[in-house]
Amino acid sequence: MLELILFSSLNGLLYGLLLFLLASGLTLIFSMMGVLNFAHASFYMLGAYFGYQISLHVGYWPGLVLAPLLVGGIGALVERYGLRTVHKFGHVAELLFTFGLAFIIEELVQMVWGKIPVDYRVPELLNFSAFTLFSTTYPAFRMFMLCMSVVVFIALLLLLTRTRVGLIIRAALSHPNMVGALGHNVPMVFMLVFGVGCGLAALAGVIAGPALVTQPAMAASLGPILFVVVVVGGLGSLPGAFIASLAIGLIQTFAVAVNVSVADVLGHVGITLTRDSIGGDLWMATVAQVAPIIPYMLLVLVLIFRPKGLMGDRDT
Amino acid sequence: MNRHSYLLPWFVAAAVVLVLPYVFTSGAALTMMSLMGFAIIFALSFNMLLGQTGMLSFGHAVYYGLGGFMTAHALNVIAAGKWPIPLPVLPLVGGLTGLSFAILFGWVSTKRAGTAFSMISLGIGELVAACSLILRGFFGGEGGVSTSRTETLRLFGISFGPQIQVYYLIAAWCLLCMVAMYAFTRTPLGRMCNAVRDNPERAEFVGYSTQMVRFIAFCVAGFFAGVAGGLAAIHYEIVTASVVGAVPSGYVLLMAYIGGVAFFIGPIIGAVLMTLLQISLSDYTGAWQLYVGVMFVLVVMYAPWGLGGLVLMHGPLLSAGTFRRVLPAYALVALPSAMLFVGGVLLVETSHHLLVKATEGPAMQLLGVDYAANSPLVWIAIVVLLVVGGVLLKRLAPRVSEAFHAARQDALSKRIAA
Repeated sequence: MLELILFSSLNGLLYGLLLFLLASGLTLIFSMMGVLNFAHASFYMLGAYFGYQISLHVGYWPGLVLAPLLVGGIGALVERYGLRTVHKFGHVAELLFTFGLAFIIEELVQMVWGKIPVDYRVPELLNFSAFTLFSTTYPAFRMFMLCMSVVVFIALLLLLTRTRVGLIIRAALSHPNMVGALGHNVPMVFMLVFGVGCGLAALAGVIAGPALVTQPAMAASLGPILFVVVVVGGLGSLPGAFIASLAIGLIQTFAVAVNVSVADVLGHVGITLTRDSIGGDLWMATVAQVAPIIPYMLLVLVLIFRPKGLMGDRDT
Repeated sequence: MNRHSYLLPWFVAAAVVLVLPYVFTSGAALTMMSLMGFAIIFALSFNMLLGQTGMLSFGHAVYYGLGGFMTAHALNVIAAGKWPIPLPVLPLVGGLTGLSFAILFGWVSTKRAGTAFSMISLGIGELVAACSLILRGFFGGEGGVSTSRTETLRLFGISFGPQIQVYYLIAAWCLLCMVAMYAFTRTPLGRMCNAVRDNPERAEFVGYSTQMVRFIAFCVAGFFAGVAGGLAAIHYEIVTASVVGAVPSGYVLLMAYIGGVAFFIGPIIGAVLMTLLQISLSDYTGAWQLYVGVMFVLVVMYAPWGLGGLVLMHGPLLSAGTFRRVLPAYALVALPSAMLFVGGVLLVETSHHLLVKATEGPAMQLLGVDYAANSPLVWIAIVVLLVVGGVLLKRLAPRVSEAFHAARQDALSKRIAA
């Protein structure tokens, strides 16, 4: 039991931090430009695939640097030549543009790398088990993922709160016109934030690619969860996104490990339910099976009862 | 002008629908026209949300899919119990299912508008899609729910076995729904939907609850999506869990938007075009979805009124007789546009061949022309076509909009003078 709790906490923390790497960029982009970037998870996928392609030629480590830079560059170009063109048509058009972009990226990835998962390997250097607790070993690569996520989180925090660039970005979040009037190039700031956000997503892709599966469906499966994180945390709030990422990471990881259904619980108090009783499938479903639904339930509940999200200061 | 002249387009539509099977007689064409029938209903119901009320839904297939599932289950129950219910009324089951779930989910999601509504619709879509893996009894697990449309009560000896009979069933429902949805846009409520889309604050001040207007529009859209799902279930005789997922929800968005959401006829054009592309283009190229995606992004970027809007824009010009004044400008951009198009297709097809069909070697064929995919000549041609076409188009595009605006201005002043 202790073993289960310990490893689930570690994995949940890891998953939550990865989610935050993506959600931080998404929420920054949203609060600056009002654009909910549908293609954000696609940039994460691009990061993983670029990292894989680079690792085939020069190994894992150069990919860790090059792939985020490349994807960040692509993101900046998308903002400059795509989003800025549709900006005049309003937010719906921007949302639709990123939706179309996600569609195209998925098709391109399928075309270039095929529909089946690619063999993105953990680097040799980290291919050992970090420690053994009770009877379970924990891979060193997962510890590396954990450390990287924490390092990026701290770097982002310092960048935003302790530097001039961070000051301008934070000012542009709430008062873009004033920042422009003070002589800063606000469109340039937008482009940079979009690029850095995409780069962060790609970094998450390079980190997560070898441990999770690198396949064309990885964007479509992670994207909706990201939106849940950003909305639950409060649109535009970085601390909110952090808390929501960790919460959803932990909830999902723990839920997967619990193999109890309503029928089991009621069985202890003397009520027997089988698959044939009314709503049979519902009672027999274990918590582990219900796990994929939990984030969306949370999303709907938050939007009904607390539309601002956990830490947000504006209505979604 | 006769006072019943507004009925004319509908009579034309009915006549076209009746005659089509005699023009395109092949089985494949009949199937394709049946698919178009329920795609049109689905796209129009989606446009009730996006075009009419300004709600961008990422989970509209939920109501389509659940309507389909319930219709399939109803068909099975009717066949097992030998109930005296004929097949043509069964899409109503789908519609009512769509309506019920739209009332349930709409109550939650229409509390908010704009981006929040989109997010909730996405969340509910994912929720239902994930539920399909748990509630295996209703969704039929991996295999889906299969049914047979021929075992219901027969009226006038019609068995609905042959595709032609199903086509006419779908066509009749499609016409009915089209008329009903068009009529809805003309009601005061339909107009209020537009008001809520354009200026919710003002609609509130006039005394309407924007939430209630959104809710009603959402329910009506859910009903028609359910009808479309029911027809799809009757056509395919099987419903799988994938119909409630994100893919069909995105697909209906593409259909409606490419056709044009600002006009009633837009989604119809989109549904017909996309079904045509899906079936015919997929025979020619494995990258057809890429073309659809690129087309969608181009429409979003450069023609937010959709393809239908592009065509309808020329209506006033034609009636005022100033249309031929834009023709020289159009002729001017025709060449660079064609260059870009050919270059783009060549790029996609050649790289698709090199990447996906790598085992077949570099020899390939495009539109009857044989060439080697890895020859440098081809790639130089692609680059030249794209670069020259792009630069020319960028230079010449302002002339087109100038010519168009001048012609429209003339058309307007002519109308005022008249």
